[in-house]
Amino acid sequence: MSKENKIIYGIYGDEEVLLSAVKEARERHYDIQDVYSPFPVHGLDPLLGLAESRLHIAGFVFGAIGTLTAFLGMTWIFTKDWPIIFGGKPYWSVPAFIPITFELTVLFASIGMVVSFYVVSGLGPGVKSKLLDRRLTDDKFCISFENSENSDYEEFFRSTGAEEVGVA
Amino acid sequence: MSVHVSPIREPLVTGHKTYHQITEDLVSPTEKMPNLSWVIGFIISLTLLTFGLFCIFWTIWVGIGTWDLNRTIGWGWDITNFVWWIGIGHAGTLISAILLLFRQKWRTGVNRAAEAMTIFAVICAAIFPGIHVGRAWVVFYFFPYPNTRGPIWPNFNSPLLWDVFAISTYFTVSLLFWYTGLVPDFATVRDRAKGLRNKIYNTLSFGWKGSAKHWQRWESLSLVLAGLATPLVLSVHTIVSFDFATSVIPGWHTTIFPPYFVAGAIFSGFAMVLTLMLVTRKVLNLEDYITIEHIESMNKVILLTGTIVGIAYLTELFIAWYSQYPYEQFAFFNRAVGPYWWSYFGMMFCNVITPQLFWKKSWRRNITLTFFLSILINIGMWFERFVIIATTLARDYLPSSWSYYSPTWVEIGIFVGTIGIFFTLYLLFTRVAPVVAIAEIKAILKSSGDQYVGKNATHHDEH
Repeated sequence: MSKENKIIYGIYGDEEVLLSAVKEARERHYDIQDVYSPFPVHGLDPLLGLAESRLHIAGFVFGAIGTLTAFLGMTWIFTKDWPIIFGGKPYWSVPAFIPITFELTVLFASIGMVVSFYVVSGLGPGVKSKLLDRRLTDDKFCISFENSENSDYEEFFRSTGAEEVGVA
Repeated sequence: MSVHVSPIREPLVTGHKTYHQITEDLVSPTEKMPNLSWVIGFIISLTLLTFGLFCIFWTIWVGIGTWDLNRTIGWGWDITNFVWWIGIGHAGTLISAILLLFRQKWRTGVNRAAEAMTIFAVICAAIFPGIHVGRAWVVFYFFPYPNTRGPIWPNFNSPLLWDVFAISTYFTVSLLFWYTGLVPDFATVRDRAKGLRNKIYNTLSFGWKGSAKHWQRWESLSLVLAGLATPLVLSVHTIVSFDFATSVIPGWHTTIFPPYFVAGAIFSGFAMVLTLMLVTRKVLNLEDYITIEHIESMNKVILLTGTIVGIAYLTELFIAWYSQYPYEQFAFFNRAVGPYWWSYFGMMFCNVITPQLFWKKSWRRNITLTFFLSILINIGMWFERFVIIATTLARDYLPSSWSYYSPTWVEIGIFVGTIGIFFTLYLLFTRVAPVVAIAEIKAILKSSGDQYVGKNATHHDEH
C-alpha cells in the first residue's frame, strides 16, 4: 500500500467532542474520509454535509411495483386467464382485491428497501470489515482522513481533544 | 448532546451508565455460560416442543379427525390458538414501529425483545392454518403460482387468502425490521469476540462498521419500515377479523370486529411482553434498562386497550339487543349463559375487570401484581377467541345440528407444543443476541440517563 492511501484517524471519547471536532475540520476545509460511531449521532449529518438518504424513494418505487403486480396480476387472472364467478360478484371485483394489493405493496417496498440498503452500503453476509479500532462499536468515536503525510492532521486531532491518533 | 428534556421526565436508564458499561451489561449475557434457571427453562420448553411436534405428526399421520371437530364445529382450538398467537405478535410491532413514529423513548428498552416475540409468535401462529387444512403436504396450494392444474388459482376474493398474504407479509417485514436493528449490535458483539465467535458474528453483522453514511441510511430505513409496519400491523388483525366478519354466522357478522380485534391483539401482546420482560430483566439483571417506568408505560397501554376491548364486548351485547334480530340475540345469550358460559365468564373477568386495576398508579408500578395480571390477561384473551369461535359454531341456525365440542389430547398437545416452540426460540434468542438494543440505548443515554435527568442527576447542562 502506498503512503497516499494511508488513513490517519483520531479517536474521541464523547460525541459532543466529536461534533465540535467535525465542525472544526469543516471550517479548516479538511476532506473527512469518514466518521465512525457506535450509535447514530444526531446533528452529524448536516455538519458532514451528507445528502439526505434516497432510500425512501427506492421504497416508493418498489412499493409501486408491488401495487401493480398484485392488482394487475389478480385482474389478469380473474378476467382473462381463468374467470370464475364467486358468490355472484363480478369477475373484476375491485374491493376484494384491495387487501392483497396493500399487503404486496408493503412487502415489495420493505424487501426492496432493505436489499437496497445493504447493496448501496456494501454490507452483507461475508463482508469483511476493516475496522480502525475495535472500540468503535463500543464507546469510542472516530474521524479519519486520507493521506497521513499532511502533518496538520496530528495537530488538528490534538487540538480538538482526540484521545488517540493512529495511522492505518 | 444538549437535548432539552422536561425536568419531570423520569430517567429511562438508571445506574449512571457509561457507554462502555451499557455494552458490558447487554453483551455479557451472550458471552457467559447459561445459568441454571435458563437450562431448566430450556429443557422444559424443549420437552413441550418435542411433544407438540409429535402431536403435529400424529395429526398428519392419523388425519384431522383426531381433533374431534365435527359438523358444525369446523374450527376449534386450532384457529383459537392461531388468532391468539397472531394477536400476541402485534405488541412487538406496536412497540417497534408505532412508538418509533410517536418518538416514545421508552420503547428502546423493550423493542428488541418485543420484536423477537412477534417473530416467534407468528411462527407459532402459522403452524395452525398450515395443519388444519388436513392435507398439510399440499399446503403450498395456498399460494398463487402457475401450475399444471389448469392453472387453478386461489380465490382472491376470500378473506382466508387475504390472511395468507397478510401473515406472510407481516412475518417477512417483522423479520427484516428486527434483523436490520440487530446488525449494529451484532457488530458490537463481534468486536468483543475472538476466533470462531468473531467470524460468526462478523457474518451476522454483515461487516457493519458504524460509518456516518451507514447510520444515516440505517435511521432512514428504520423510519420508513416503521411507517410501513404501522398500517401493516393494523391490517393484519383486521384481515384476521374478516375471516369471521365476512361470514353469515350470527355473532361473527359484525362491523365492529376489525377495531375490536386490533385492540384485543395489542392488549394481549403487551401482556405477553410484560410476562417475558419481567422474567428477563430479573434473570439477566437488566433492571437498569427495563425500569419501573417502562413497566408503568406498558401497563398504561394495557389499561387503554383493555378498556377498548371491554367497551367492544358491551357494544356487541347492546347491538345484539338493539338489532331486534333473534339469531344475533340468541348468539350472545348463548355465549353468556349457554353450555360454554365458563369461557365467557373467564373472558369477561380477565379482560374487562383485571385491567381496570391499573387506574391506580402504585398498582401499575407493582411488579408482582403486573406479572400476575399479565398472565390472567393472556388467559382471558385465549378465552375470547374460544368464545368467538367454538361457542358460536356449536349453536348455529339448526338446533338439530347443535353439539358440544371439547378438544382431544392431540389438540391440547399442539397448543402446549407451540408454547414450547415460543419459549425455546426466545431462550435461544437471549443467548445469541443482545435482548436490549445497545445502539439505541446509547443514543438516548444523554437525554434519558439518570445522571442527566431526574432527581439524581449529576451532570447539569450549561447550554
